[in-house]
Amino acid sequence: MPQIEELVRNIVSKTGADRENLLPILQEVTRHERYLSEEALTQIAKAMDISCAEVYGVASFYTFLDTVPRGQNIIRICKTISCYMAGKDKIVRAIEKKLRIKLGETTPDNRFTFLATNCIGWCHKGPAMLINDKVYTELTAEKAVAALEEYL
Amino acid sequence: MTKTDIINEHTKKVNLIFEDCNCWDIIDKVLSMPPDAVLSDINASGLKGRGGAGFPTGLKWKSAKEQPSNERFVICNADEGEPGTFKDRQILHERAHKVFTGMTLCAHTIGNVSKGYLYLRAEYNDLLERLQKDLDEFNEGLKARNFPFTINIISGSGAYVCGEETALLDSMEGKRGEPRNKPPFPTVSGFKGKPTVINNVETLVYCTMIMLIGPEEFLKLGTKDSRGAKVFCISGDADVKGIYELELGMKVDEFVELFGDGDTKAVQVGGSSGHCVPRKKFSETFLGFEGVPTGGSMMLFNSSRSMYHVLHNYLEFFQEESCGLCTPCRIGCQQLLRGIEAVKRGEKPSTYLDELIAMARTMRIASKCGLGQSVPNPFISIVENFREEIIY
Ligand SMILES: Cc1cc2nc3c(=O)[nH]c(=O)nc-3n(C[C@H](O)[C@H](O)[C@H](O)COP(=O)(O)O)c2cc1C
Ligand code: SF4
Ligand code: FES
Repeated sequence: MPQIEELVRNIVSKTGADRENLLPILQEVTRHERYLSEEALTQIAKAMDISCAEVYGVASFYTFLDTVPRGQNIIRICKTISCYMAGKDKIVRAIEKKLRIKLGETTPDNRFTFLATNCIGWCHKGPAMLINDKVYTELTAEKAVAALEEYL
Repeated sequence: MTKTDIINEHTKKVNLIFEDCNCWDIIDKVLSMPPDAVLSDINASGLKGRGGAGFPTGLKWKSAKEQPSNERFVICNADEGEPGTFKDRQILHERAHKVFTGMTLCAHTIGNVSKGYLYLRAEYNDLLERLQKDLDEFNEGLKARNFPFTINIISGSGAYVCGEETALLDSMEGKRGEPRNKPPFPTVSGFKGKPTVINNVETLVYCTMIMLIGPEEFLKLGTKDSRGAKVFCISGDADVKGIYELELGMKVDEFVELFGDGDTKAVQVGGSSGHCVPRKKFSETFLGFEGVPTGGSMMLFNSSRSMYHVLHNYLEFFQEESCGLCTPCRIGCQQLLRGIEAVKRGEKPSTYLDELIAMARTMRIASKCGLGQSVPNPFISIVENFREEIIY
């Protein structure tokens, strides 16, 4: 895919190909593509003149750098203790029902991927979730569904 | 007086972190002081790191300063991944200038610092745009003062272990966020092998405030081993939740009286990696370095909660967040989790819990970094105090 090659080349020419720029590069490609395909990882390795294994090793270490296909919008619901106690299971069920997918899956129209994540720093206002970078707190089933509708 | 009034009394007494102040006045004052004088003020305040480990801040700065080098770095740790902790986010949201100011004071004190970095966790990306705008202004202000120091933001990508200072350094260098061997400590060999001070967001704001109010005022707060105040994050079964700055040295029973829902059976102090304090020990436990040290997370549990589920949730967290580099932690986290599940299902006798505790003790001494070393904190304190709930 020449598009990816071009995207990677553009990004690397902006950040520079120094080793310490690998994370910003991976983050930027993820922002554009939603995930890091094999092709993208290979192109990054080539542009930075390091091995593919090295790039994959770094990418696969970080939760927010996905190496499997993801939808346009990524929902990450907090599953850690305070949100769990505040009733995150009910929110998970409401979202699963609305999107007709299970936690961990992507909708067939590729609009949403629904994931669980660890504490996102809103424990006093749980249940909490992120949609892309945006935070939603003190969720009820209704509020969660309304949040999804912003992206439909 | 209502509970709210009492809480207000407490927080009014120590309003240091969220109080607005003119940072440029502080910077101008400090830049005109000899670095050694600043260091001696920070030392005299008795300030200890607020990121969890509680290392004396003055000593840390001194160590980096004494390390011969023509280049040093200052890093603010805003990775805040410890479950139950959400203060750094609020500080950066409301008072980012005071954080940048603390970094600048440190740069002036240790010398030869031209670059500072703020490592912000990916979960806080919504703060990025505004922080960057504030930071651009701030960097301009430093330039206008001819102080050759600029601060940059580095974004994390979702890994709890990157809050560990040496993993953070590797992550900043574009690698997997795996902890390094210590020593050498970052103050000797940190970012790019240069002497580096890494401080928590809150620690840096206290440095700013100590330079404003003077170390004597700071010393008046807290206890002998825990000087000053601390921002607490309260969540779980609490009537009053949120972020409160309190003097250090409060007893857990007083804390629970103020914030709890009247039925508190346990408080997890210091997040998942902290200690669980059961009701019978509330009156003898201090919040501070001489009692239970804390990065600020206070999770309250009432009698409707099963401590088995609490521990299970913590262990799942650690199993996922362990970087997998060393065997005691990688395998230990898995086995502790499987172990309590097996006991719960009756596949293992209750005495198996003692074997698990012994294994947890081994993790404490054999794990490479603070993550694996602190898994035994919640494990042992919960299993010992709530054994029946784990078994039945
Ligand atoms: C697994 C792990 C995660 C950590 N996460 C953080 C963190 O998110 N923020 C932080 O300030 N310190 C964190 N620390 C502590 C840092 O390693 C370091 O001690 C601290 O940033 C030093 O700052 P201070 O002296 O100002 O407390 C973590 C430690 C470990 C072992
Ligand atoms: S203790 Fe755990 S997190 Fe730390 S280095 Fe070992 S495996 Fe990694
Ligand atoms: S436990 Fe969900 S945000 Fe902290």
